[in-house]
Amino acid sequence: MIHFFKKKRFPKFWSTHIEKVQNSQKYANFEDIRFVALDTETTGFDYENDRILCIGAVAIKNNKILVSDAIEIYVKQDVFNKETVKIHGIRKDGNEVKFSEEEAIIKFIDYLDDAVIVAHHTAFDVNMINMALKRLKVGSLESKQLDTNYIHKKIAKTDTYKKIFSLEELCEIYNVKMHDRHTASGDALITAYLFLKQTAKYKKNNALNLFDLINTNYHLLK
Amino acid sequence: MKNTIAERIYDFLKNFPPFDVLEKEQLFKIASNVKVTYIEKDNFVFKQEENPHEHFYVVKDGAIGLFRNIDNEQILVDICDEGDIFGLRPLIQNDLYLMSAKANEESVLYAVSVEILKEIIETNHKVKKFLIASFSSNIKTPYAKGTNGQLFANIEMLQTSNSSFTEIQSAEFSKNPVTTLKTSTIKEAAKIMSEKRVGSILIVENKNPIGIITDKDLRQKIATGLFSIDENVTAIMSSPVKTFKQKITVAEAQIAMIKNKITHLCITIDGTNKTELIGVLSEHDIVVLHGNNPSLLIKKVYRAKDVNSLKYIREKTSNLLQGYMEQNIPITFISKIISEINEAITIKAIELSLEEMDKQPPVRFGWLALGSQGRKEQLLMTDQDNALVFEDVPPEKYQPTKQYFLQLAKKVTEKLNDVGFEYCPADMMASNPKWCLSLSEWKNQFDAWIRTPTEDAMMMCTIFFDYDLVYGDKKLVNEMSDSIYESINSFEIFLNFMGRNALRNPPPIGFFRQFLVEDDGKHKDQFDIKSRALMPLVDAARLLTLSHSIKDKNNTVSRFKKLIKAEPKNQDLYLSCIDSFNILLQFRTQQGLTNNDSGRYVDLNKLSKSEKLSLKGCFKPIRDVQDLLNIRYNLAQMM
Repeated sequence: MIHFFKKKRFPKFWSTHIEKVQNSQKYANFEDIRFVALDTETTGFDYENDRILCIGAVAIKNNKILVSDAIEIYVKQDVFNKETVKIHGIRKDGNEVKFSEEEAIIKFIDYLDDAVIVAHHTAFDVNMINMALKRLKVGSLESKQLDTNYIHKKIAKTDTYKKIFSLEELCEIYNVKMHDRHTASGDALITAYLFLKQTAKYKKNNALNLFDLINTNYHLLK
Repeated sequence: MKNTIAERIYDFLKNFPPFDVLEKEQLFKIASNVKVTYIEKDNFVFKQEENPHEHFYVVKDGAIGLFRNIDNEQILVDICDEGDIFGLRPLIQNDLYLMSAKANEESVLYAVSVEILKEIIETNHKVKKFLIASFSSNIKTPYAKGTNGQLFANIEMLQTSNSSFTEIQSAEFSKNPVTTLKTSTIKEAAKIMSEKRVGSILIVENKNPIGIITDKDLRQKIATGLFSIDENVTAIMSSPVKTFKQKITVAEAQIAMIKNKITHLCITIDGTNKTELIGVLSEHDIVVLHGNNPSLLIKKVYRAKDVNSLKYIREKTSNLLQGYMEQNIPITFISKIISEINEAITIKAIELSLEEMDKQPPVRFGWLALGSQGRKEQLLMTDQDNALVFEDVPPEKYQPTKQYFLQLAKKVTEKLNDVGFEYCPADMMASNPKWCLSLSEWKNQFDAWIRTPTEDAMMMCTIFFDYDLVYGDKKLVNEMSDSIYESINSFEIFLNFMGRNALRNPPPIGFFRQFLVEDDGKHKDQFDIKSRALMPLVDAARLLTLSHSIKDKNNTVSRFKKLIKAEPKNQDLYLSCIDSFNILLQFRTQQGLTNNDSGRYVDLNKLSKSEKLSLKGCFKPIRDVQDLLNIRYNLAQMM
C-alpha cells in the first residue's frame, strides 16, 4: 500500500498527513487527543462548483479550548457567488490576507496534524475540503471525524430518531451563547464549546474514549 | 494571521480589571493564550489545599462559588461571576489554594497563564500596583462588590504580612511548644514552665496533646491548696484540648477562643488530637497581632466594674465593626463576634444590677433577648427588645416576686440604655409588667397568641418567637419553648396565619424591576431595606423552622441551614436565601455606619449602579421563598 503511494509520488504534505494519522499514538488516551473544531465558509452548497472561502479552526485538548492553537485561513476566489456574501460577509476582494486554494489547503493540513476533526454537519465541511484535495490530485482526508449532531443524538437518547439538529438548536439545548455566527472561526468556536459540554455530559455515564465517540458517527460515512 | 477567536476574548477581557489597564499588545498576548474550559454544575475547579494550577481563572459565563472549610463546614465565601478573577493569589505567592472553587451553575472559564501575567507585572507598573493593593486591602466577599470597586475581590484570602488587616491571615503560632509527659508531677511541670518562662505547658502522650496546664491552673488549684504539688499533672490539667490545623486564620482562632472560653489552641498535624502537636496558638499571640481585638474586648467586659466602662467597650466595638466592614470581612464572622460582645455586655449589665439589689432573686429566672438581638443579627446599635420569665410561685408570693424582677429589669434596661442600646419605643422590655411574667403566664400568653391569631398577635409572635436566653435558667426557657410547640401542634392553622403574616411585607421591586420606595412620610422615596428585604427572609426562616419544630435555632442563617437538612430538595433555594440575607445585612450595616443611623432606609440616589444590581440580585430568593410559602400554606386563599 505504502509502496503504491510512493510510486504515485504524492506531494510531501499529503504523505506526511497520511503518515501522521496512521502512526499517531495519541488516540488511546482521551486526555492526549488533540481535537480540532472546524468550520468552513463556502460560496455555496454545490460540491462541484462552489469553493471554500475561509477555514476557521481551534484545537481542544484535555477539555480545554486552546486559543493559541487556532487557525483562520482565507482563500482567493475564482468562482464567486454574490448571494452568499450576505451570509458570511467575505467579499471577493476583502481586506483579509488571502491564499490560493493550494496554499490554504496545505497550511490547513499541516495545522491539522494528527488531530481528530470535530464539526457540525462534518460531512459538508470535510467534503468541501476533500474536493479541494481532489483538485490537488491527492486523496480524501485521513483524519478521524466527529459530528456534534451525532454526539448529541447519542447523549439525548430520546432525540435519536428525530430530525437533524441545526447548530442554533444545539446551542439552545446546551446553553451555548452564539456570537460571530457565520464566520468560520466563530462557528468553529461555538462547535468547540458544544463539544466541551457534550463530552462533559457524555463522561457522566461512561468512561470517555475516542472509540465511543466515533461510534456515534453511524451516519457519517468516511 | 487574523485570529478572530483571540479578538473575541480580547474584547471580553478588556472590560474587566486589571485587564483594562493593560497595553493592547499585552492583553492580546494574554487573550491569544487563553484556554477555555467548561465546568459542570457542582464540579470543582480546584479544592482547598491543592497545589496551584498553572493558570488563574476568569469567569466568562456562569458562577463559581469559593468555599472555605471551617469547622468541617463548607462556608461560601464568595461567588464569582462574569469577569471576576479567582485562583490568582496562590500562583503569585506560590502557595496552596486556601479555598475550594466549585461551579454554582455550569460555567465557562478562561484559564490565563500566570507566566504571561508575571511578565506583564514586571513591566506594567499600574498592574503591579493594582495587584499589590488588592492583595493587601481586599478579601473576598461578594458583599463588598461595588463598595470599593475592587476587582480583585475574588483573590483568595490574603496572607501578606505587612497588611494591617489580620483577621484573615493564617495565625502565627508558637512552634516548639513546651511539653511534658503525663507521668510528670505538677512540681516538675511548674519547674519546666519557670525555666522556659512560659505561661502554659502541654501534656503529651505519644507526641499527641492530651491536656494543658496554665498559670491560672497553678494559681487556682495549687496555690489555694486544693491539690498537692506532688500529684500527677493529669490531676489539674484541662483536658481534652481544642486542636486545629495549621492553616487556622486569626478570625477563626478568635471565634474558637470566644466560643470555648479558652485562651490556648493546639495546632496538630491534621487538626485532631490524634496526631502530633506542632504548635500552640495563645490569645497573647493574637493580641500581639493587633491590639484592638474582640476577645480582649470581651475580657474587658468581664472585668468591667460599672456602666461607663461598658459604654466605652461598646464604642470600641463600633470601631471594630467599622474596621471589619472596611476590610470586607464576611458578615457571618462579624455578626458572630459583635453578637458575642453584645451578649457579654448584657450579661454584665444584669450582673451589675443583681449586685445592686438588696437580696438574691427569690426564684429562678431567665433574661431573654428578643428580635434581632435574639437572632444574633444585631450589628448596629439599635434599640433594646427584651423580656423576663420567672419560675411559678404560689399566688400569695406572686406580687412581691414580680415586683422584684420588675425592679431588676428596670435597672438592667437603664444600664443598657446608658451603654447605648436605647429604650424600645414600643416598650417591649422586661421592665414592662406585660413582658415580665411567670412561666405559666408566658405559656398562656403564647397560647393566646397562637389560638387567636389576630394581626397584633402575629406581630407579637414575630418579635417574641425569636427569643434567646442571655442570662439565667435554661430549663425554664426550654419548658416555655416546649409549651409553644405544643400549642402550635394543637392549632396547626396558626402556621398558615404566620405564613400570611410573612407575606405582608411589601415587595422590594415592581413589575418593571424598579425599586419600590416609600410613598410618603419621613422616608419618602427611600428604600426600606428592613421591611422589604430582610424581614421577608427572617419571617420565612422562622415560619419554616417552626413547621419543622426545629428548636434552639433563632439565627436566620442557622435556621436556613437547618432547613436545608430538613428539606434537601430545597437546598438551592435556601442557600440563595442565606447569601441574600448576608448581603442585605452587610449592606444595611454599611448604610448604618455611613449615615450613623439604623441603616434601615436607603437613599437610592446615593447608590452606584453595581450596588443597585447586587441588591436586586438578592430579591429573587425573596420572591422564590415567598412563592414557596404561598403554595405550602395555601395562602392565596387566605389573602
